[in-house]
Amino acid sequence: MANTYSKVGEMTTNDGVPLKVSLRRSQRKLKLWAFLLVAPLLVFILVSFIIPVVNMTMRGIENPQVANIMPNVVAALENWEGTELPDETVYAALVTDLTMGRKNKNIGKVATRLNYERSGMRRVITGSARKAAKLKEGPYKTQMIEINKAWGDVAVWSLIKRESGTFTSSYLISSVDRKTNDAGEIVAKIEDKQIYVNLFGKTLMMSFSITIICIVLAFPIAYLLATLPLAKSNLLMILVLLPFWTSLLVRTTTWIVLLQSQGVINDLLVWMNIIDEDGRLQMIYNQTGTIIAMTHILLPFMVLPLYSVMKTIPPTYMRAALSLGANPVTAFIKVYIPMTVSGIGAGSLLVFILSIGYYITPALVGGQSGLLISNMIAYHMQNSLNWGLAGALGFILLVIVLLFYALFNKVIGIDKMKMG
Amino acid sequence: MGSKSDFLVQFKNVQKSYDGVHLVVKDFNVDMVKGEFLTMLGPSGSGKTTCLMMLAGFETATSGQIILDGQSINNVAPHKREIGMVFQNYALFPHMTVAENLAFPLRVRKMGKSEVTDKVNRALKMVRLDTFANRRPAQLSGGQQQRVAVARALVFEPKLVLMDEPLGALDKNLREEMQYEIKHIHEDLGVTMLYVTHDQVEALTMSDRIAVFDDGVVQQLASPQSLYEEPCNAFVANFIGENNRLMGKVLSVSGDTCSVELEGGGGTIQATKVNVGQVGDRTTLSLRPERVMVNPAEGSCANLVNATVEELIYHGDHTRTRVSVSGSSNFIIKVPNTHNQQHMKKGESIRIGWDTDDCRALDAND
Repeated sequence: MANTYSKVGEMTTNDGVPLKVSLRRSQRKLKLWAFLLVAPLLVFILVSFIIPVVNMTMRGIENPQVANIMPNVVAALENWEGTELPDETVYAALVTDLTMGRKNKNIGKVATRLNYERSGMRRVITGSARKAAKLKEGPYKTQMIEINKAWGDVAVWSLIKRESGTFTSSYLISSVDRKTNDAGEIVAKIEDKQIYVNLFGKTLMMSFSITIICIVLAFPIAYLLATLPLAKSNLLMILVLLPFWTSLLVRTTTWIVLLQSQGVINDLLVWMNIIDEDGRLQMIYNQTGTIIAMTHILLPFMVLPLYSVMKTIPPTYMRAALSLGANPVTAFIKVYIPMTVSGIGAGSLLVFILSIGYYITPALVGGQSGLLISNMIAYHMQNSLNWGLAGALGFILLVIVLLFYALFNKVIGIDKMKMG
Repeated sequence: MGSKSDFLVQFKNVQKSYDGVHLVVKDFNVDMVKGEFLTMLGPSGSGKTTCLMMLAGFETATSGQIILDGQSINNVAPHKREIGMVFQNYALFPHMTVAENLAFPLRVRKMGKSEVTDKVNRALKMVRLDTFANRRPAQLSGGQQQRVAVARALVFEPKLVLMDEPLGALDKNLREEMQYEIKHIHEDLGVTMLYVTHDQVEALTMSDRIAVFDDGVVQQLASPQSLYEEPCNAFVANFIGENNRLMGKVLSVSGDTCSVELEGGGGTIQATKVNVGQVGDRTTLSLRPERVMVNPAEGSCANLVNATVEELIYHGDHTRTRVSVSGSSNFIIKVPNTHNQQHMKKGESIRIGWDTDDCRALDAND
């Protein structure tokens, strides 16, 4: 043991190797093993989750169309001031690019891309491309303006120059209901076209309400689960988990059967003379429908973390509070509920984040007013095929979720949470 | 034991059943004097904790009366009973600091702020934790948590404090230290304490009186000294302290003594008659290990028996000597480590003896 200390402060092993080095060496193998164990899952998550997320986010800022399909125009516009119409060389390049694009059948992509920024551009590009192919010789400037007077508009050229980079902020700008005007300033869109900010706000509000309703509904159930004798609590647990074992579509369509205006609940209310035939309640295909159905679907995510926390709270705490003179209500509020905060936090985080990105249920029962931002993202993915905008909206949604995660972490502390 | 008004707690014919078939507490009667330290001692499942919980109000008595300070409290809610309680795992509220934990019973009583601070500080000083006021329970050691729990049960000055195996989670040294500390607090404050434990050493060191529980019945209720020295039945003799048992048959009874023929052919023994039936009945002879003499001078004690040394275990201050007597090989003698003690060897034949007073003839059950 004489050489345990080589010099003051630094420990070494008996053969003189510093203790820290020796420890690291002995743990390296363990770490390698641990890594190998998680490697398959890591690869799976990388391929099926991280790469698609990064890919979609990139689509929100990528802008290859103009740069790739109209390279000559982009080059010719490089030194253009943007104050008056460009000169003949640019128009010549335009004719070359349009002709080329039409031959390659790529011109539609540019047309679509520019149409996002300025409606009518699709027709300008495709029409001009068709006619430009027939032009024999220059000067092209006047001929092109004759073909479509849009080419005589400085704003159109500004747009093309602005979108000539390989990356663009225009999708992100568009995602927050802004646009770049002809002068290049970012301004609000006209009121009719402002949809996303409102939709983000509505999504947050609805997720918040769903979370609150879930807390209120889950708390008593979780309490029962944690305090009932095992046989009864197991049965109750099965009932709580039952929705998990039922298809999402079945559960959602069940709500349609129940809630629609000719549905079970309305029929019952009419039969009991609580409402009359004309006063049937509209409980589905609106916000109410979305909130009811999503609360039902997400409830287990609140019950389980709450239950797992309550299970660990021994009854002696309540007894102690009572013996110290607190009445049952005070004891519950001052002693029991604070001890379930980590469960409430974990459940709320789960429910909130899940509902902020929920898609199928609002699509089925949400009607117009019950749609969430994810439905808009899906619309741009599947219908309008504007993947750039979908990527940008998704990116903003991801940022919001991460912000809330950070907020939760600061207020409650992720490490203290119990996820079930 | 004083006039009736001196009784703080009275259990009158209390019975408790959980399932309607078995009685967990069969017939519990106890009168606690003000200022008394009473311990309920017994193996787990003997009903002692149930009695405590009935007094605290967390269980209801199936029949009988529980009287606190002259008033029946059968129908009083737990939070109105004004009884302090220390729980087995302390039940300190983890989300509150030590000071907040102590302030809790005062706050729910709507006490003024300065008064609360005052009382909390005094209670913390009493358990020598004044510098820990702002810590969370999780940041304290087991012994410190224990002291906080005691302080919290006392801070609102209840007439009665209940303790449910409060030292069970501590290691041996700390447990002994805490026993004295609780004992001193009890003496200083003069508060009445009802203590539950299954540890007989704990019960003997701390209590004024001990109620020994078994099978839902109080087997004996007496001071520590008389419990140890005058156990009234075989269970108590066995449960309290170390005990040697010899089975025998009663040959004759004369006054306070009886002669018993040992089973296994060890001869006839004179014993104090405590709890035996008629002549011819079986009996258990109870004998404390430290009262047995090795090779006593002829005629110096009433009973002399042959024994063989089976095992010698050195304990420093004494040597535990296991011998076989009259067919029983589990007979323990504590031989004190004194100057003139002769050394025995394993397998050696010796003579052992004891006084009639030290050998108690008890019931044969057990």
